[in-house]
Parts: sequence; C-alpha cells; structure tokens
Amino acid sequence: MVLLQTPLYAACVEQKARLTEFAGWAMPVQFSGIRQEHQAVRDRAGLFDISHMGKFTLTGPGVIAALQRLVPSNLARLQPGQAQYTVLLNPQGGIIDDLIVYLKSPLGAETETVALIVNAATTDKDKTWLLEHLAGSDIDLVDESRDRALISLQGPAAAALLQPHSSLDLGKLSRFAHADTTLLGQPAWVARTGYTGEDGFEVMADPATALALWHTLTAAGAAPCGLGARDTLRLEAAMALYGQDIDDTTSPLEAGLSWLVHLDEKDDFVGRSVLEAQKAQGVSRRLVGLAMADRHIARHDYPVLHQGDRVGTVTSGTLAPTLNIPIALAYVATPLAKVGQTLAVEVRGQAKPATVVKRPFYRAK
Amino acid sequence: MAFEYPENLKYLDSHEYVRADEDESVVTVGITAFAIDQLGDIVFLELPDIGDAVEKGEKFGTVESVKAVEELKSPVTGEVLARNEVLIEAPEQIGDDPYGDGWLVKIKASDLEELDDTLTADEYKDQVGG
Repeated sequence: MVLLQTPLYAACVEQKARLTEFAGWAMPVQFSGIRQEHQAVRDRAGLFDISHMGKFTLTGPGVIAALQRLVPSNLARLQPGQAQYTVLLNPQGGIIDDLIVYLKSPLGAETETVALIVNAATTDKDKTWLLEHLAGSDIDLVDESRDRALISLQGPAAAALLQPHSSLDLGKLSRFAHADTTLLGQPAWVARTGYTGEDGFEVMADPATALALWHTLTAAGAAPCGLGARDTLRLEAAMALYGQDIDDTTSPLEAGLSWLVHLDEKDDFVGRSVLEAQKAQGVSRRLVGLAMADRHIARHDYPVLHQGDRVGTVTSGTLAPTLNIPIALAYVATPLAKVGQTLAVEVRGQAKPATVVKRPFYRAK
Repeated sequence: MAFEYPENLKYLDSHEYVRADEDESVVTVGITAFAIDQLGDIVFLELPDIGDAVEKGEKFGTVESVKAVEELKSPVTGEVLARNEVLIEAPEQIGDDPYGDGWLVKIKASDLEELDDTLTADEYKDQVGG
C-alpha cells in the first residue's frame, strides 16, 4: 500500500523523524524520543503534525440543527467562534467517532458554517454517515482532509511562541475558541484546542504556510513531536483515543463522557433512547483510571481482575512520563469503578496490583 | 543509524548477543544496540533467578519498553549463574553501555556447540540493515 504523506512529511523526515503507518498515512512516531518530546510539551512547547486528521466544512441553512440530531451535546449552546468536543452516535448509543464541532458563523444565519475535525482512521466512515444524514438538505460538505495542513503547538510556552507570527491577540482566544487570522502574513485558522492536557493551539492552513510555520516554530524552540508522545500526553490527561478507549460498542456514559451528554436540553438524536435507559438504570461498566503498584505496564486488552475474577479490560496503558508510574484506562464493572478500589491487571499470566485513581492522571499547573 | 556490533560477540536473529568464554563455558547475554534503539525507553526487565535452568531458543525473560514487550531468548541451554541486579533496578540504563554494563545474565552453558548457528557481527549487521 502506498502511504499518504502530509504536507509536512519532508520536513519531518529532514528533522530525523522515525515514521510509522497510521490510518493509511506515513506519520512521525518520534523525533528525539518519546520521553524528551513529552517533557518538552509539559515544560515548554512541542509541535505536532496532525494533518492526517479529517477536516470537514459544512455550509448551508440549518447546519447546527442537522448536527444536533447526530450528537448528544447541545450544540445550540455555541456562540460563533466557539467549539464543542462531542461524539457521533449510532442507534445503539455507541460512538461512531469523537470530534470537535467549531461554529464559524452566527447560529441561525441563513448560511451557517461549521468546521469538524475528526479522527484520521474514521474520516471516511464519518463522511458517509454525515452525507447519509444530510441527504435532502441544502447543506454542503467539503472534505479538505488531504488538502489542508493541520499543526498543533502545545505547551505552556505555546502562546508566546505563536504570538509574534499572528495578527490576532491570542490572549483574547479562550480555551476552545477559534478564529480566522493571518499567520506569517498568510490566511490561517487558529483554535485553542489540543490533545495533551496543556494549553495550546491547533492551526489549519494551506500546505506552504503550514510548512513555513513548522520551520519558524521549531527554529524558535518548539520541539518537533510524534504520535508516540501525543499518545503518552493524551493518556496522562485521560483523554480517550478512538478505536482503543471508545468505539462503536461503548457509550459516552460508560466512557466517562457524561459531561457532553445534554439530554435535558435537546430533542431527539440518534442513540438518545439508549442513553436515556442507561441514565435511568445506570451503566454496567465504566471507564476508569488505574495506577499500577509496580513497574509493569497494563496494555490494551489485558484483563482486569478482582479477587481472581475477570471484571474488566484495559483499553490503553503506558508508563506515564511525568508521573513515572504505569497508568491505564480500563472498563470495569460499575460496582468496582470507585476511586481507591484495589484491583489487579493480568500481565502475561500474573495478577499485578492496581488501584482505581482519579482522572485525569495529570493536570496542567 | 549506525550502531556498534563488536566483532568478538556472537548474535542471534532475535537480537540477543553472546560473549563466550570458552575455557569456563560461561556465556554473557545481552541485547544489541539495535534492539535497544528499536524498543525505545525501556521501563521493565524480568530476568530468571540465579540457579534457574534455561534452554536454547526458549524464553528466559522479558524486556518491556513504553512501546512494546519483547521476550528474551536464551542462546544456550544451561544454568543461570548471575543476573544484572543494577539493571533490574534501573532498566533505562541498558542503552548506556549495551555490551558492557548493559549485560543481562551469565549462563553456565552445557554445550558451547549450541552457539555454532549464531550470527557474526557482519551477518547480524546485514540482517538489521546496518
């Protein structure tokens, strides 16, 4: 299979990236090393090429109203220039994908404009689902996934590094806010979002502008970072990874995403009846954070045990670089999903002690 | 990236190296610089106890990195004489000196001829692409 290359591919290779296949793309997995990159983001700033992610723009009358029927969040809360993290649900209440919905025009405008950023591996699936549910409307879906570049500058120094090149006062951009602006004198779009648990920005631009910005920011000290550090950073922040912690069979209420389910504020949406029933009766399993007692890493699919019985499954695990202990996300039976509960994870045939801990594992200062 | 593979060592295609002392039939086993680089940050090392019997081609331990878990394969049949306790406590140091302080176990080999099918440094280097 010929792998897709992002507009920053050559720049990453030049900066000694080690590459991996991800969702059909050749992506950097690490540059200087996962630990160093992770620490750079926690201490100062790191720069990620995330151009592989799916990028849709929806324009037309009633875009928000149409999307309201596909997600459990109340998108009518959004003001222009704001964004909402949410999920697309299937009729069984399972998660088709997690995504961010960015409202670009006034809500209720004759022509509404909404940007969606979705996972790379699910871009085609999401597009099919959206087109199926937008059929018959005058809403236009433009897929810019392979045309535009997306880079993510994350870390406490992100604003200071980006500000000199932006015509926008970044101090005015609050968390989850976004705006069209110019960067290095070229049109670009900036959102104060990320997947690391730190302050940061995601920038969408044409390939040439993104490349220039990549060179400018790395020359100014932002550490180029790969998917390896992106994974350890998001896991310390207890952010779900689609296909691993959440998928078509997990509901947002099971996955600890009840904060984005606004049943009382909105009308029908796909999956609503399942979520209503789960809310009324309670879910049978919940995604929890685990801290391992020793150095063993609890990995994806390892069984979770309680008094010798299997009570759940690990979905993600790593050695948390900032905390220096192995951490994991796991689905466990609800009665055992309490903070402080002692459990075990079966690591290569042996039960290794673990404790349910608060999520996130790490919170930015 | 170019890694060092000392000429006086023997190599397995599963990325262990062996230093054989023919007089005493004691072999020292470790993993190559290439393997350490591929694994990335190593966080955990599981090694057999002193006195344990090991068998050629069979698992004798585990090395775990942030990225992956790999089994360690014994190059010979024999008995474990020593294991690197320092490294068990601080596995991240394995990369500092893979062929010296980064050794894993010393095995009293029952038959050194078992090493006849190992790779030379050049053969191993070809296999891992330089």
